[in-house]
Amino acid sequence: MSEEETDFPIRIRGLTNAFGDFVVHEDLDLDVRRGEILGVVGGSGTGKSVLMRSIIGLQPPVKGDIEVFGHNITQAEPDEVIGVRNRWGVLFQGGALFSTLSVGENVQVPLKQFYPELKQQLLDEISRYKVVLTGLPEDAAAKFPSELSGGMRKRAGLARALALDPELLFLDEPTAGLDPIGGAKFDQLTRELTDTLGLTVFLITHDLDTLYAICDRVAVLADKKVIAVGTIPELLEHDHPWIQEYFNGPRARAASATHERGKALDKHGSEKA
Amino acid sequence: MREWAEYTIEEAGGRATVIITGPLVVSSIGKLDPELRGITDSIQAIDISEAGPIDTVGAWIVFRFSQRTGADIVGASEQAEVLLDAVESAESDAEVSPYRRQTLGRVTEHVGTKVIEFMGGVRSSVAFLGAILIAMASLAIHPRRFRVKALVRQMELVGVSSLPIIGLMSFLIGIVIAQQGAVQLQQFGAETLTVNLVGRITMRELGVLMTAIMVAGRSGSAFAAQIGTMKLTEEIDAMRTIGVSPMEALVIPRILAAVLMMPLLGFYASCIAIIGGAVIGDVMLGIPFWTFLARVQEVVPTYDFWVGMVKAPVFGLIVAMAGCYQGMQVSGNAEEVGLRTTAAVVQAIFMVIVLDAFFAVFFTEIGWA
Ligand SMILES: Nc1ncnc2c1ncn2[C@@H]1O[C@H](COP(=O)(O)OP(=O)(O)OP(=O)(O)O)[C@@H](O)[C@H]1O
Ligand SMILES: [Mg+2]
Repeated sequence: MSEEETDFPIRIRGLTNAFGDFVVHEDLDLDVRRGEILGVVGGSGTGKSVLMRSIIGLQPPVKGDIEVFGHNITQAEPDEVIGVRNRWGVLFQGGALFSTLSVGENVQVPLKQFYPELKQQLLDEISRYKVVLTGLPEDAAAKFPSELSGGMRKRAGLARALALDPELLFLDEPTAGLDPIGGAKFDQLTRELTDTLGLTVFLITHDLDTLYAICDRVAVLADKKVIAVGTIPELLEHDHPWIQEYFNGPRARAASATHERGKALDKHGSEKA
Repeated sequence: MREWAEYTIEEAGGRATVIITGPLVVSSIGKLDPELRGITDSIQAIDISEAGPIDTVGAWIVFRFSQRTGADIVGASEQAEVLLDAVESAESDAEVSPYRRQTLGRVTEHVGTKVIEFMGGVRSSVAFLGAILIAMASLAIHPRRFRVKALVRQMELVGVSSLPIIGLMSFLIGIVIAQQGAVQLQQFGAETLTVNLVGRITMRELGVLMTAIMVAGRSGSAFAAQIGTMKLTEEIDAMRTIGVSPMEALVIPRILAAVLMMPLLGFYASCIAIIGGAVIGDVMLGIPFWTFLARVQEVVPTYDFWVGMVKAPVFGLIVAMAGCYQGMQVSGNAEEVGLRTTAAVVQAIFMVIVLDAFFAVFFTEIGWA
């Protein structure tokens, strides 16, 4: 059980990914700490999704080592690594729901796969509360993915990712396509689950509000590498032009202001109480 | 070894308390859950202070138990409180699966929908034919919108790339007909008639028919699956919004390609089958290869060739239309693509064979016997 104790559920060393001649990552290093929400940012096409796919073993890297919970992923077959698979949950950028199953049945798939001893009645109950927990209306559980809106599909995908109460959660742009209120709730939910369940979250996002609101650290992907990892104030010190532009652009300033205002309000509220 | 969550009941001062031990997580509650459901005694409290780690599934089980029996939850850690609150707020009793009828009801419902679908199918396939004609007409008026590249590409896929498999199939069919025919005809001392048998049956019937079946399996299914997947991924909708008609861009090139390539493939198949027959004639019957081919020229009337060539484009049209039509009907999920692809192939082959029977009677009646 020594691997349980590692402080880094994900450890990447010297990762190189390429499609033919097109190199996406070159000699990339990254550590994700236990219990943190790591935001991953970078321009479109810098390889965030590809990075996530290689961590979960779907994209065999050209070079380098990836360890998840101390298991080396790169040397395992895509369908192997069963000891690790029930400890993570993945939300794909496109949702990737099973189209012939209803949302509730989608949530039950991983449960049935790993815990065949669970009774159908309990499975139904679990899938129900997971669906509601992710902010979907009750009646969405019996609907097919093709009957849902884009944002609802995202949430259904999250419900399935959370089905096993995993220790490690991969979210690829979870709040893209959600209304701002829904997005904020989603952020809050992620934060709560992280704090109560001790989750570690690998969160790819373009949403600055999400970054400010819930991420403990942020990793910046550019030039085929992780050019910086740290808290937002630390990154603001960084002089890479992309980071400067990203965190000092008009949208970032607005998000930061909102965040400050939110904190002030909180303080105000708690002082009163 | 997995550690399972367990419970004991303790009674003190008229209060029954369920005490839970072991981890309350999804991997360990498989046994506890049915046991807790089975408790029918009156329980006043459920104590989870001795339980190990807890996740939302564990919290759910505790919450549901306390709700059912009215027991108070005691000894919850701070973390457990948060999870209990979370699952309580997320409680729901909505259906998880869409409504599915019992067997008997399902059978009748299924028969009913099939009938309705069939009627609708007849109507919408006529509508589809109409849409094709309209698209053809509008292409005739604006010939510059015609997609030559797509047509050539489809002709390559339908025609050129199927040459090896159709050639091999026809060659073997020619061998089988000649060999089996020769065995029977030898009984009458008429084995030289094998030439007539092979030459006429492949030119008139089998060359085109087998080719149509092969094209239905290779290209008809591909049409249905391609167009069906494009419908699922909203590519077809995207085309419409930018003013590209999917009929003109996808359907017409495929149908034209099949109509143009079928006669060529059918003729090619007939020739290869005759070559197969000639090989058997040489080996089994002692008819020299070239003599066999020369005899074919004498015994096969020209109208046999025309019979095949009239049927071929019609079969091509049917195969391509079935494929494109079924593809355009896809909606909903991935399973539908598979069902529609199957339907495209089955319908195409069925209709080709039915029409072939009509053609056979027709050509005999007009004297091309
Ligand atoms: N299957 C593939 N074959 C070839 N190239 C690919 C493939 N998948 C991704 N790429 C390339 O890899 C690069 C990184 O893609 P990726 O999907 O990781 O981007 P991303 O950072 O997630 O972008 P976004 O923020 O838009 O989701 C892109 O330039 C893309 O063109
Ligand atoms: Mg991406």
